[in-house]
Amino acid sequence: MLEIILKRIGMFILVVIASTALVFFMLHSLPGESAEVMAKYIFLGNVELTPSNEAIDIIKEKYDLEKPLFSQYVTWVWNAIHGNMGTSYQTNSPVTEEILIRLPATITLAFVSILLSLLIGIPAGIIAAVKQNSFTDYFCSTISVLGISIPSFWLAILLIYVFSYTLGLTPTMGYGDFKSLILPAVSLGTPASAVIARLMRSSMLEVMRQDYIRTAIGKGLSYRMVILRHALKNTFIPVITIIGLEFGHLLGGTVIIETIFAWPGIGRLLITSITARDIPVIQGCIVFITITYLVINFITDISYSYLDPRIGRSKH
Amino acid sequence: MTLLSIRNLKSYFVTRDGVVKAVNQVSLDIFENETLGLVGESGCGKTVLALSILRLLSENTVVEGKISFKGNDLLRLNEEGMRDIRGKEIAQIFQNPLSSLNPVLTIGLQVSEPFMLHRGMKLSDAWQSAISMLRAAKIPSPAERGKEYPHQFSGGMRQRAMISMGLACNPALILADEPTKGLDVTIQSQIIELMRELVKDRKASMLLITHDLAVAAELCDRIAVMYSGEIVEVSEIKDFLSNPGHPYCRGLLRSLPLNGMEPIPGNSPSLIDVPEGCRFHPRCKYAMERCRNEHPEMYEVGNGRKTRCFLYA
Repeated sequence: MLEIILKRIGMFILVVIASTALVFFMLHSLPGESAEVMAKYIFLGNVELTPSNEAIDIIKEKYDLEKPLFSQYVTWVWNAIHGNMGTSYQTNSPVTEEILIRLPATITLAFVSILLSLLIGIPAGIIAAVKQNSFTDYFCSTISVLGISIPSFWLAILLIYVFSYTLGLTPTMGYGDFKSLILPAVSLGTPASAVIARLMRSSMLEVMRQDYIRTAIGKGLSYRMVILRHALKNTFIPVITIIGLEFGHLLGGTVIIETIFAWPGIGRLLITSITARDIPVIQGCIVFITITYLVINFITDISYSYLDPRIGRSKH
Repeated sequence: MTLLSIRNLKSYFVTRDGVVKAVNQVSLDIFENETLGLVGESGCGKTVLALSILRLLSENTVVEGKISFKGNDLLRLNEEGMRDIRGKEIAQIFQNPLSSLNPVLTIGLQVSEPFMLHRGMKLSDAWQSAISMLRAAKIPSPAERGKEYPHQFSGGMRQRAMISMGLACNPALILADEPTKGLDVTIQSQIIELMRELVKDRKASMLLITHDLAVAAELCDRIAVMYSGEIVEVSEIKDFLSNPGHPYCRGLLRSLPLNGMEPIPGNSPSLIDVPEGCRFHPRCKYAMERCRNEHPEMYEVGNGRKTRCFLYA
């Protein structure tokens, strides 16, 4: 176990360095001088106006933008190792603070969305597989194809139109109470539940064809017990990967849905920082998203070895 | 006394290429306290015949006929009644124990299940019974090994676990489908010895499916030979070995290494498109005009022996 964790940490450092370096150099190679874009935001607060050369020079001076790119990056890494992720160009507050403030919003949305998708996706997949080729199966399959095909932003707009605009049941945007959580969670949970349902169904059908299912029936077990005790655990092995990926994706902040619903999470922080070329914040978000993915992946792998005794846990 | 009586059993699968007549008009009796061997080439319908008895075939299979067991027709019993028979009255030992055991459940739990199901035991009691069953199947240190998973067992040990699972509730009939397939020769003889011991001890009957005549000779009292979905000969094992009736059976015996390894010419026919007349006639050196046109019945040859060949008509 210790060896696995050390390996993970090593891999994690590599991935963080690679992803931040990539983002850093890409941001600097975008058209338009960074200092100019930043000056527009910081001094003028308006992107349409052109800042004076003086303003640009002040910015360059303050943020060390004169130095070569590579040394700028090294400085950033050095500071980050010491727990200093820099300060936001836009708000002048520390990047870690900017992220921590938005964390609760993103985590709440991610948890509720994944919970919703599991509550719908898993039973729907099981029922579709158990009643293969029945009306229920076709119904579940059709809905899940729709769920996968519909882009989440379109679903979000549709939901706003129906539930907020027409019926007036939910707020169109905002954050705070449970009501405002419903629409973003449904918009994110629907595609995820569709993916989970489809995979659950195909995995279940695959498992039900196995010899050990025939053995279980041959023992005299009822169909229900065969599913519950013999099929379900095997069915979850491939599904758990997708659940992990979906959850990692949600925890990393969902840019589009957070923007549509003005949800104050990581995704919206990232998008506003990108338009403002707020490089320290962008870097901070990238590090955060990378960590989240790696942690979720790690948890997925551990749950794997609990479901499937053939993997890991080298006791013998 | 007849324990299980199969009459005119037909098991057909509908596939894209046509109807596969895996079992065609099979009638067979299994007596109490006997081991009946069912031999034949791969793909002749042996396994399908065994699976038809416990109704373990997929839903696209058409199974017709009559299977009488203790006053019930197994093909007409409801699902609940069937569950009381499976694992309790009739147990199946499957081929390929690695894929037939659930990879994510411990061996102990899988062997405990029949006890919980048919004896109403709690898990802790069932576990104890399972451990003693594993011990009876000569698995060393069964208490520890019971906590292990199938992939931690060797091939021979897995088959021992399968056997202890099948015999858990002292079934009256055991359907053993090639229990020694894929095992080393030395392990094979150990498994055969174990099965002989356990089955005779419990006074159970067994239908032993195999394509290995040597295994059948070791374990069986009687033998039934299947060819292309049909039974072609039923006989006491001694009579069969000394004087096989059907030309196919003569061929089978001559193809043994001991008897010169002379192969039967040709291939066994596809179960979709079976030959007219006697199904063996294209490969038979005794084939007559009649064999090409007429389908032979099972003819009595004496001493309870029956053969599906016009030579005995």
